[in-house]
Parts: sequence; structure tokens; C-alpha cells
Amino acid sequence: MNHLLQVKDLSVDFHTAQGTVHAVRGVTWHLDRGETLAILGESGSGKSVSASAIMNLIDCPPGEIVSGEILFEGRDILKMSEDERRDLNGRRIAMIFQDPLSHLNPVYTVGFQIAEMMTAHGTPKSKARERTMELLKRVGIPDYENKIDTYPHQFSGGQRQRLMIAMALAMKPDILIADEPTTALDVTVQAQILELLEELQAETGMGLLLITHDLGVVAEVADRVVVMNKGEIVESGTATQVYKAPVHPYTKKLIAAVPGEGEMAQPVGGEEPILKIEGLSKAYGAFTALDSATLTVLPRETVAIVGESGSGKSTLAKTILRLEDATGGAAFYEGRDLVTMAPAELFDLRREIQMVFQDPTQSLNPRMSVFDIISEAFVIHPEILPKSEWKSKVRELLDHVGLDASHMHRYPHQFSGGQRQRIAIARALALAPRLIICDEAVSALDVSIQAQVIQLLKRLQDELGLSYLFIAHDLPLVRDFAHRVVVMQGGRIVEQGPVREIFENPKEQYTKDLLAASPHPDPEVQAERRKARMQLEKTA
Amino acid sequence: MTDVSPHNAPSEAPAIADAPPAYVQIARMLWRDKLALCAAIFLFIVVLCALFGPMLLEDVATKQNLRGRNAPPFDFSLHWTMWLGGDALGRPLLARIIVAAQNTMMVAAGAVVCAMIIGTGLGLIAGYSNKAGSQVIMRLADVIMSFPSLLLAVIVLYMLEPAVGNLIIVLAITRIPIYLRTCRAEVLEIRERMFVQAAKVMGASTNRIVFRHILPVVFPTLVTIATLDFAFVMLAESSLSFLGIGIQPPEITWGLMVAQGRSYLTTAWWLSFWPGLAIILTTLSLNLLSNWMRTALDPVQRWRLEIARKKK
Amino acid sequence: MKTFLRKRAVASAFSLIGLVILVFFLSRLTGDPTDLYLPVDASAEARENFREIHGLNDPLLVQFGRYVWDLAHFDFGMSIRRAEPALDAVLRGFAWTLQLAVITMTLVTVMAIIVGSLAAYRVGGVFDRLATFFSLIGASAPDFWIAIVAIVVFSVGLGWVPTSGTGGWEYWILPIAVLFIRPFGLILQVVRGSMISTLSSAYVKTARAKGLKNRPIIFVHALRNAMLPVITVIGDQAAALLNGAVVVETIFGFPGVGKLMIDSILQRDFTVILAAIMVTAFAIFVMNLLIDILYAVLDPRIRY
Repeated sequence: MNHLLQVKDLSVDFHTAQGTVHAVRGVTWHLDRGETLAILGESGSGKSVSASAIMNLIDCPPGEIVSGEILFEGRDILKMSEDERRDLNGRRIAMIFQDPLSHLNPVYTVGFQIAEMMTAHGTPKSKARERTMELLKRVGIPDYENKIDTYPHQFSGGQRQRLMIAMALAMKPDILIADEPTTALDVTVQAQILELLEELQAETGMGLLLITHDLGVVAEVADRVVVMNKGEIVESGTATQVYKAPVHPYTKKLIAAVPGEGEMAQPVGGEEPILKIEGLSKAYGAFTALDSATLTVLPRETVAIVGESGSGKSTLAKTILRLEDATGGAAFYEGRDLVTMAPAELFDLRREIQMVFQDPTQSLNPRMSVFDIISEAFVIHPEILPKSEWKSKVRELLDHVGLDASHMHRYPHQFSGGQRQRIAIARALALAPRLIICDEAVSALDVSIQAQVIQLLKRLQDELGLSYLFIAHDLPLVRDFAHRVVVMQGGRIVEQGPVREIFENPKEQYTKDLLAASPHPDPEVQAERRKARMQLEKTA
Repeated sequence: MTDVSPHNAPSEAPAIADAPPAYVQIARMLWRDKLALCAAIFLFIVVLCALFGPMLLEDVATKQNLRGRNAPPFDFSLHWTMWLGGDALGRPLLARIIVAAQNTMMVAAGAVVCAMIIGTGLGLIAGYSNKAGSQVIMRLADVIMSFPSLLLAVIVLYMLEPAVGNLIIVLAITRIPIYLRTCRAEVLEIRERMFVQAAKVMGASTNRIVFRHILPVVFPTLVTIATLDFAFVMLAESSLSFLGIGIQPPEITWGLMVAQGRSYLTTAWWLSFWPGLAIILTTLSLNLLSNWMRTALDPVQRWRLEIARKKK
Repeated sequence: MKTFLRKRAVASAFSLIGLVILVFFLSRLTGDPTDLYLPVDASAEARENFREIHGLNDPLLVQFGRYVWDLAHFDFGMSIRRAEPALDAVLRGFAWTLQLAVITMTLVTVMAIIVGSLAAYRVGGVFDRLATFFSLIGASAPDFWIAIVAIVVFSVGLGWVPTSGTGGWEYWILPIAVLFIRPFGLILQVVRGSMISTLSSAYVKTARAKGLKNRPIIFVHALRNAMLPVITVIGDQAAALLNGAVVVETIFGFPGVGKLMIDSILQRDFTVILAAIMVTAFAIFVMNLLIDILYAVLDPRIRY
């Protein structure tokens, strides 16, 4: 049988300074008209490589297509001439990418860039412009007649992805490849973009190849799914099949690691709060980033702050830590106000409150060894520990977070992402704090690594009696971890309560939207949710 | 959820093996780039000449020899110092070039080091202090930048006497803005990085943040610029000497030698050619080394490469 | 845009005032022109007379005040050496220098962009290596040495072009060729580096996925972005040329503003020095403004 697109036994190597990396080995899959195939994998699984091979985007060298064929309508495109492949690109097979801002040329208008897709394939200019208008209208750009002559930086993240989609669909391609199209977007925007893709697929009957790391996205849109690990396909089947009855151990592990399924935590008993925030505000000129936030954190409690980008959740963390000066309100740590505290007193309190940042790649100084990074706490606060004991303490801390203590003289770039975040946690623990603020501490990590780090944080809470202020955008993650949840939007707290109450009985419309938009990994549950979401949209 | 014990974490990705000490890595990287290696060796020889040349060859280089006046090069029957020929007073050119290396190098090195220290210091202050202080420093840099640097040198040297020390001061002043601007721009970027925020959260003092976290990240960039700048200052010094307002005879620099040979261009081209070639080769080596440093020695770059590879 | 222009003008005015003060007093410190212009055995009366005519007897501050007052009326004073207004001499020299600078920079820019872009397209290829190596040599060569060698080879040896002076187009060839080399080497390297990074950027990947041909990818999508850092370097190099290519002008006997400045310093012709500095500083101010406007034209994200 002839498929629309068929990848057969594809192997690609990358020749790097560290030797040859087998990016994909013997990968085989196919895609038909009107269906959606998802390639699911974590970072480094090689999930994007076959798409790059199809689009002729692999640089050779360092890349090398070792074996295999890619059949488009029965013809091997790897054997085609450069000109023939160029003709396929955009006209028959189009692609959209993860980060639309960097994938749109900043110095040309969006109208030019979309029309260029058509003029490059022979459409006359005036007609291309006409069609660009149509496309902008179709993908839902408001005020498109004027926006057509503006530049990418003048659009929001979700709109930019819509522009990319408009560009990709300009020539009515037979296949659309979407590489992590919603990863950088907020959940509510993600839901809209996925919906748009599905509608457009239904209209045009194109085949959709979706590359993603997110089981929820798979459940939402995919007909079939291919699971990749370390350059190989470990499992394939319909989305429901793979979720309900995974065969390969890796798939099982991946599905098990997806958050949002565990037991929800019981509220922590009533002690005196360790942190009490009252009416905390932060304004930058006329813009209010944080609007009188009020909340408390009890000892041994995890309070999650959930919100989309621009909700003010990171500003909240920064003002508590005095990285930014609050413009109003108070934040009492054991009765002492952090906002008005004198520098000397604040210096002592630094030991009690620590922070774990979002991206461990950037929060660790690349020029300091792990030992230097962790022991810096003792340099700054010399009263904690005599110098002779630093080494043993660092060893103990590394052991505590599950790292090999003998690696303490290595540099951060020699560790993987998850390991780096463990180093960052060890650094925070070095001062023996009582409250740790985690700002999107696991969002940059793969799902399975995420689960491990969350486990680590939970264990440390039990052993050391820590409190967490856990800032996140990922609702399912919070569901398994937090005792209480605070929902923020546009700088304001819209709702807060025990985790069970927020998840099972949300009161505010925004919380309901947020819950409805966050995808569930089970395709059947997700189908239900989608119905509920449509309902919600109609009533709203 | 499966029970993921934290102790199996290191299995998630194999860590890279322990790296050899830094100097071994640098040596290996230099070995891999043969052009940069040649440049480094040549510069090493120049530095040796500058350090020991005058001590060993001062007498030979100043001794006049009427029979060797404008002696052509490549006459290997003569003493080796005459192999590149002799000048208008019969002094051996090779010996003079070796001796002149000291003044040439000293002026350039002195000016670059002074400019780098002052510029970096001011840059750190401008980047990490309040707005007003930073504005004053930046305006000052603007004034220096808008001033034709060669002209400034000419005026100052005319006013003071054209000695090595004064030459260094003048050239240093004209180069300060380069370091100042680069340093400030980098500081403004780095101070917003998360590892600086992390240090602040731990209570690190401003001094510690500047000297332990920011300066080490800025430093390689500055050294790379300094290497390039060394070449620039050398050329500027040569130009001044050539115009007759730099170092005065009987002191010698390469630029001065080119100028002195100018009147014999048609009869004895080698008088100007060899010192000029010495300047070219030295600046070329510095440029090559600076290029190599930019790509190979900057761990931030390597760090970025590392991330890029992970994303694939 | 208007506020930006105003801000820039004010900042530049401050720089210019600082410059005038600095040069005025520095130049007075270089010595008394009387000694230079009158014979050694001139009578005390003649000296006194000379000083009186040129106002050199008044206290420095008074001289400065008078100078600024005249300046406010666009009077740059008379040249001490020549019998003409200082500004006339300077503008005449500046016209020569400006022509030289414009021709040279146009050639440099066009050549560097074309060669640099092609070198960046096949990094590590034969063309790239040759271009890189020769640009490095170009950037390393002292212009006075190149000038001398060029005269020896092309004027004296081969007799193709005149050694120095002014006249027909053949007098322009060597100065332009010599001035071309260093900026070309420097700018070529920046173009190449900038092109390499833009060619590996995400939007170039998009352009390839669109099915665009190589030429529009390089010259439409990559080049405009790559030009942004290049413009700064072009500006710096052009400024250096406008300041007067002192050495090259001296060697080739080219009557530009650079040669004029050096001559005036050696002759202690203060009015000419000051006028020359202000004219070139103004020219550089205008050029920097053009560069900033060019930035905004090329990159829509920049709004002043």
C-alpha cells in the first residue's frame, strides 16, 4: 500500500567534537492524508531528526544520513535534486516550529514573509497579498488589514504561532509538520492553537505530523503515536492503545511519570505561619505587576502559585526575596517584615529563605566548580561552618540530593539538566533554610526528570521540615505536590484554597478555564474535557 | 507514580568524564589550530627579543660600520646580524630590529595594560553603580572617542617630551573607551543573569558579586579585545614614530626604522622593508591569536555549544 | 525621533564644548608661536607687535573668551600662517578628505559585504580560508608601510602611477588603494562572523523550509540582519578616515584635512587646528546620526 509519506529505516549520525552521535537509528513510520501522527519523546530522543531530514534542514556536515529512504507519494525525496526538494518545501510539505519569535525574521513585515511563501513558488505578488489577507483572517488575527504590514515583535506569542501556521498553509500543503508548536505557550493559548490546527486539518485534509514531548498534547490531537527514546522507536500504535496498554518499559515509565494522577495532599495542621504576606504590591511606573497579594505559608507546607505568563507570580517571589523592592504592603517572616527590614537583619535572614531558579543552566555560574558553587554559602556566611568542614558538608549535601559526591570538582556544563537542578537544590540547602521559593523549578526539565526532582523535594520536606513556595504554570504538577494552591492572573490573586478544593471545586471562571485547558494524557479523558471546554466557551 | 529513588538519578544522562587541567586543555586546543600555534610561537620569540635583545645586542646594533653602509641583505658571508643588510650608517638591520622590539613591545604592552585596567575598572563601576555615576563616565568616554586619537597624541607629545612613558599614557587614554564600553555592556547583561540573582539571594556582597561572579565572565572577552588592541596600539605607535613625533632617536622602534629608511627607498628598499615586515608579522600573529581565543578559549561559548547539542 | 535627535544634539554639543576647551588650552601649552614665526634675531618690538596683532598678550582666559565669542558668530579666526580665514583652509582640506573617505568607504563596504557573505556561506571552504587569511593580513598591515612599498613597486619600479601630489584620477589610485586595505580586512571579518551567526539562526531555517533559493536566503533574509553589527564597524572606520588619514595624506602629499592638522600643529597655527577639529567633529556627529538612522531603517525593532 502506498502512504502519503513514508520514512523507512532512516538512520542519521551527527559528527561532533565528542565523536559520532547516532541521532536516529532505523526509524520507520508513515503518514496518510487527513490523519495526525504524533512523535513523542523527551529531549535527546531524536524526535525532530526525521522531520529535519524530510525538510532538508540537516546540515551535512556535521549531520549525515547514513541509510534509509523517505518516500513522498512513492518517490524517495533523498534521491531528488536540490531544486526538486526546494519545490516540495513549503508547497507540498510545510513546517512550523517551537519558538515562533525566533523563527520569524525580525526585520520584515509578517505580510511580506507570508506572501514570500507563495511568491517563492510562483504566485504573482498581488495575488499573494490577497491570499495573505485571507489567511490572516482565517487563523484569527484581529485587525488583520492593518496588522499585515507590522513586524513579528508587535504580536503576542500565540499570535506569532498563528502567523507561522498561516505561512505554512499558504500553499495548501499536503503535509504539515509541527515541531513542538505549543511548548512555549500558556495552556489556554495552547488549547486554542491545537484547536485551530485540527480545524484547518479538517478543512484541507492534510496529514499532520506533530512532534511533542507532552502526552497531553498527544491525547488532544493525535490519531496515532510513535514513541521515541535514544534515537529509536520503542512503541507505536493509536493514541489510546499506547496510553492504555503500553508495552515497552520506557513507555510505561513515561506514562507513570506524568503528573496529575497521584493522591492529593491533605492540608497541613494549623500552626503559626512561617510567612505571611499582606497586600504586597509592585508597580513599574504605571504598570502594576503585582496587585496587593495576600497569602500565608505554614511550616512544612507547600503553597503553589499558579498562573500564566504575566500573572505576576515571579514578581511575587522577587519582592519577597528583596531582589525587587515592593511598592506597597508587607511580607512577614516569623513576624518580621521583609519589605522594610534593614540590610544587616536581611543578611541574617538570607539563611532562612532560599530560592531555586527555573533554568539550572543559567542559575549556576559556568566558571565555578560544583564545590565552589555550594560552598559559596559558607564563604558568605562564615559563621555556619569552619572551613575544614566545608568539603565534608558539600559531600553530604550532594549525597542528599542524589549526586555522586566525587563529582564535586566538575563544572556545571558537565552535568545533565536534571543533575544541574539537583546542584541548585544542594546550594539552596547549604544554608539550612526553612523556606525555599521554587520559581518554575522543574519546568525546564523532561517529564521523567521532573518527577524525580519533585520526589526529591518531597523527601527533603519530610526530612528537614521545609516549607515551599512553589511557583508553576503546570497545573497537574501542582496537583500532586502542593498542599494549597494560589491562582494568579494579571498581577492579582483570583482564588486560593486547599489543593483538593481548587481542583475539584473551583469557584472562579479563570480557574475553571485553566483547569479545562490543561490537557490530560488519557485520550478518553481528554475527549471528555474537550467537550466540557466547548461547553464552557459557549456559556462564557 | 513509580518509585523513583533519587539515588538512581545520575543514570539519566552520562556525565562527561573529568576534564584534564586547564593548561593541558589550552595546549591541546592550540595544537589543533596550527596557524594559531605558529602565531603563539612567533610572539613568544618576539617577547624573548624584547626582553633580552637590548642586553645582548645593544653594542652591535649601535656600532657604525662605514663599509657596511646600506649593505644589501642575504650576504651570508658577513656576520649573522648583517644577513638582513645594513642601514645608512652600516649598522646591522637584524640586530637593530631585535633591539627595537623592546621599545615597540613596551609601549604597546604598557598602553594596553593601563587602558585595560582603568577601562575595566571604570566599566565595572559604570555597569554596577547608579545612573548618575554611569552617565558621567560614559560622557567622558564619548569625549575621548570623538577626539581624533592621533591628534591627541600629537598635541600631548608636542607639549610633553616624546618619551616612552608619555607615549604609553597618551595611547592608553585613547584606548580606555574600548574596554570601558565592552565591560559596561557585559556587566549590564551579566548582572541580570540568574546566577548573579542566586548569589544575591544568598546574601553575597556587591564586591563579591562583581569580583567573583561578574569579572571572571567578562575577563576572557577583555583579554581577547586586548590582544587585538595590542596590534592596534603597535600600529598607532609606529605611525607616530613614523611622523616623527613618537620616540626620538637614538632610541629606536620599528616604526621609526621604517621612517628612517624612507629616504633610501629607491636605493636600499630593505631599510624600510624589514622593520615593516616585523610589524606586520607581529600584528598578524596577534590577530590570529585573538581570533583563536574568541572561539576556543571562551568557556561561555563552549557552554553554549554544549546546550545547543543537548537540544538536538 | 525628535526627542532622540534633540538628546543626541545636546550630548554632542557637550562633547564638542569639552573638546574645544581641551584643545584650546592644550595647544597653547605647546609653545609660543612668536618664536616660530619671527627670525631669532627679531627685535623685541617686532615680537611685541606680532603678539599684539594675534592677541597673544592677553591672559589665556581672555583669549579663550574672545575665541568663544567669535565662534558664536561663526568666526573661526584668521590663520596665523596663511593669509586667509582658518575655516577656508580647513574646508578646502576637508573637501579633499571627504572625497577620499567616501570613495574608499563605498568600495570597502561593497567589497567586504560581497566577499564576507560568500565566505560565510561555505565556512571552512577554500574561498573562506583565503578570504579570512588575506583579510587578517590586511587588518594587520601598517598603512605607512604599505604606502611606501606601493610607491616603490608601482610608482618607482613600474612607473604606472605618480608617486605623490594631486592632479588627474591617476593621483587617487594609490591613496585609495592603501586606505582600502585595513578597513576592508576589519569589516570583512565582521561581515563574515555576523553572517555565520545569522545563517544558523532560526528564521533562516524557516526560509529554507519555505523552499527559498540560496540567493534570497543569503541576500534577503540573512544579510539585512547581519548588517546590524557591521554598520557600527563601518561607522568607526569611516570616522577614522574623516579624521584625516594623516599618515597616508602626508606620504602621498595629499592636501587633506589630516595633513593640514599635522602641519598646523607643527606650525602652531592654533586657529586652524581648532577649526579643523570642530569641522571633523561635526562631520563625525552627522555621520553617527546617519548610522543611527540606518539602524532604525534596517531593524524595525529599534525606535528612538
